Amino acid sequence: MDFDLSPDHELMRRTVRDFAEQEVAPIAEELDREKRFPYELVRKMGALGWMGIPFPEEVGGAGGDSLAYAIAVEELTRIDSSVAITMCAHTSLGTQPIYLFGSDEQRADWLPKLTSGEILGAFGLTEPEAGSDAGNVQTRASLDGGEWVVNGAKQFITNAGTSMSGVVCITAKTGDDEISNLIVPQDAPGYERGEPYRKMGWNASDTRPLTFTDCRVPEENLLGPRGAGFKQFLRVLDIGRIGVAAMGVGLAQGALDEALAYAKERKAFGKPISKYQAIQAKLADLSCEIEAARLLVYKAAKEKDLGRDFSLTAAQAKLKTGRLAVRATEEAVQIHGGYGYIEEYPVCRFYRDAKILTIGEGTDEVQQMVIARALGA
Amino acid sequence: MKIAVLVKEVPDAAVEKRIDASGRLDRSGEKNLNPYDTHAIEAAVQLKEGGTIPVEEIVAITAGPAGAERALHKAVSLGADRSVLLSDDAVAGSDVIATGYALAKLLERESPDLVLLGQQSDDGENYTIGAVVGEFLGYPSLTQVVKLDIAGETITAERQAEYGYDTVEIDLPAVISVGDAINEPRYPSLKAIMGAKKKPLEKITIADAGIEADKVGAAGSKIECGNFTEPPKKSGGTIIEDEDTSATVEQIVAWLDERKLI
Ligand SMILES: Cc1cc2nc3c(=O)[nH]c(=O)nc-3n(C[C@H](O)[C@H](O)[C@H](O)COP(=O)(O)OP(=O)(O)OC[C@H]3O[C@@H](n4cnc5c(N)ncnc54)[C@H](O)[C@@H]3O)c2cc1C
Repeated sequence: MDFDLSPDHELMRRTVRDFAEQEVAPIAEELDREKRFPYELVRKMGALGWMGIPFPEEVGGAGGDSLAYAIAVEELTRIDSSVAITMCAHTSLGTQPIYLFGSDEQRADWLPKLTSGEILGAFGLTEPEAGSDAGNVQTRASLDGGEWVVNGAKQFITNAGTSMSGVVCITAKTGDDEISNLIVPQDAPGYERGEPYRKMGWNASDTRPLTFTDCRVPEENLLGPRGAGFKQFLRVLDIGRIGVAAMGVGLAQGALDEALAYAKERKAFGKPISKYQAIQAKLADLSCEIEAARLLVYKAAKEKDLGRDFSLTAAQAKLKTGRLAVRATEEAVQIHGGYGYIEEYPVCRFYRDAKILTIGEGTDEVQQMVIARALGA
Repeated sequence: MKIAVLVKEVPDAAVEKRIDASGRLDRSGEKNLNPYDTHAIEAAVQLKEGGTIPVEEIVAITAGPAGAERALHKAVSLGADRSVLLSDDAVAGSDVIATGYALAKLLERESPDLVLLGQQSDDGENYTIGAVVGEFLGYPSLTQVVKLDIAGETITAERQAEYGYDTVEIDLPAVISVGDAINEPRYPSLKAIMGAKKKPLEKITIADAGIEADKVGAAGSKIECGNFTEPPKKSGGTIIEDEDTSATVEQIVAWLDERKLI
C-alpha cells in the first residue's frame, strides 16, 4: 500500500496552494465582506484548467482524475470556501450531469464552454418541498409542440445567478411517477433567478432561488432517457460527495494552520499559548482527525479513479469531514480567543463557512442513511 | 539559441529555518522550487514566446539530492523542454564555489548561449552562484537583472543597483541571475503538469559530467560550518512622540542625516 502522492499530484497540490496563498488569500476577507463573486479568480482558474479538472481532454477538460480534483478543492478551501465551492459546484454538480448523461450534441454544445470555465454550470435539485427528500420534486415539465414547458421553483442553487452562469440542469417531474433532468440555458424564456440569499457563510459564492414560469426549452434538452432523473441525480450526488468532503478536509486544515501559527505568536502568562498542554491537546487532536479524514477522502477519490464502487467511502468521507470542519473551525476560534471572533482573522470566516458542510449535498443524517443502507442495517 | 536555467529545490518558505547538528541548514520538511528560479524560467519562456530571437530549447538543470527531481518536474511544467539532474552523494555538502564548479561542468556539456538563474536561493541566500558559474565558464555574468532584452548577440539588461538601475550591455554567451521584479511567473496549468513527465529527464553522476570528486562535496569545499549562533536581537529603536509635527519632522530628518541616509 502506497500513501505517497504521484509527482503530478504533488505538483498539483503545490500549484493550487501557491495560487490560493498568493491570489486568493489577499482578497478573501474583502470578497466575503462585500459578498462579491470572485469573477477574476474564476477566470484565472479557468485558464489553468481547474474549472474542468476531472473531465477528459476530448471534451475540453484538463484530463485529470478525481484525486487531482479533490486535492485542488482541498487546497482552495484551506484558504477560502467561497472560491472552492464555486469551482466544486460548477464541476461536480453543474458539468458532471451533462458529461455523464448528455448526448453527443449536448456534450459538444456545453462541455467545452463549461470545462474551460467560460461559463458556469449549476445543478437545480433542491426545492421548497424537496431537500433531503429530493425525490419529492414538485417542478413539472410537460411537452408542448416539441418543447418542454417547465413550471416550478428551485431553492438554494449555487452558481446560477452570476454574469458568467450559462446553464442549469434541473430535476423535474415529467409524469406522475417520472422524474427527469432537463438542461435549461440561462436565456430560456420564463427562467428567472431570484435575489441572492443572505447566508451565514460562503458569502462570495452565488446562491439563489430559481423560478420557472412556463419556461420553454427544446425537447432535445432532456438529459438521457425520460424517467432516468432520480438515478441520475443520485449518481451526481455520489460523485459530488468527494468534492465536498475534500472541502471539509481543506477547511479543517486551514483552521489548524491558522490556529497553530497564532498559538505560537500569542503570549499569555509569559509564554506562547502553544506551550500550554490544553492548547497542544487541541492542536494534536485536530491534526490526527484531519489526517484520518484526508485518507478517507483520497480513498474515495482513488476508488472512483480505479472504476470501483466508491459510494460508501464517499458518504463516509462526507460525514466525517463536515463534522470535522465544524469542530476544527470552532477550536481554531477558541485558540484565537476574542480575536477569533473578529473578522480580521480568517478563522472567523472559517467558522461561519464550516456549518454548511454538514448540510449541503446531503445532510449528515442523509449520509448516515446512505451508510447504514450500505452496511445492510 | 539554447537557454539553460539553473534551478534548486529549497525548503518551502513556510518552513522555519533551523541549523542542524553539522552546522548546515536543516533541509527537512516541505520543499519547493526556489521562488527566484521560477522568475528565471519565466524569463526564458518569455524569450521563447516573444519570438524576437529564435529559442530552440530551454533546459532546466539542477544539482541536488534525488528529491530535487521535483524541482525539475515543476521547471518543465513551467515551460522548460527537458531537464538534467546531477544527483551524486559526492556533491552533498558543497559550498558555493564547489556547487558553482559542478554546475559549470554540467553547463559545459550543454554549451548554452544563455544561462539564467534566480539571483538568490531562498535557503542559502548567497546571491553568488551566477557569478561563480560565469567565472568557471569564462562567460560574462550579470546579477540582479530585472529587465532583459536580446538583439543578435547582444544583451541589454537593467540590473538593480543600490540606487536605481544600471543599464548594461554584454555579449552572449552569458550568465544572468534575475531578480523577482523581472516578471510575474505563471502557474503551471493542469495540462502542463501532466505533460511534464513526458519531457526528457537525464540523471547523471559526477563521472558523466567530468566533475573531479575532490573539488566537490564537503571535502572539496573551503567553507567550514559550525558554531553558529542566533543573530543579536534588534534593539528597541527610538520612538518619537508626535506632539508638534514640524518638530517631529525635524527630529526625523536629523536622525536620518546623522546616519547619512539622506
Ligand atoms: C449555501 C447552499 C448552497 C446549496 N447549493 C445547492 C445547489 O447548488 N443545488 C441544489 O440542488 N441544492 C443546493 N443546496 C441545498 C442543500 O442540498 C439542501 O439544503 C440540503 O440537501 C438539505 O435539504 P433541506 O434544506 O430541504 O433540509 P430538510 O431536508 O428539510 O432537512 C431538515 C432536517 O431534517 C433532517 N432529515 C430529513 N429527512 C430525514 C430523515 N429521513 N431522517 C432523519 N433526518 C432527516 C435533515 O437531515 C435536516 O437535519 C444548497 C444549500 C445551501 C444552504
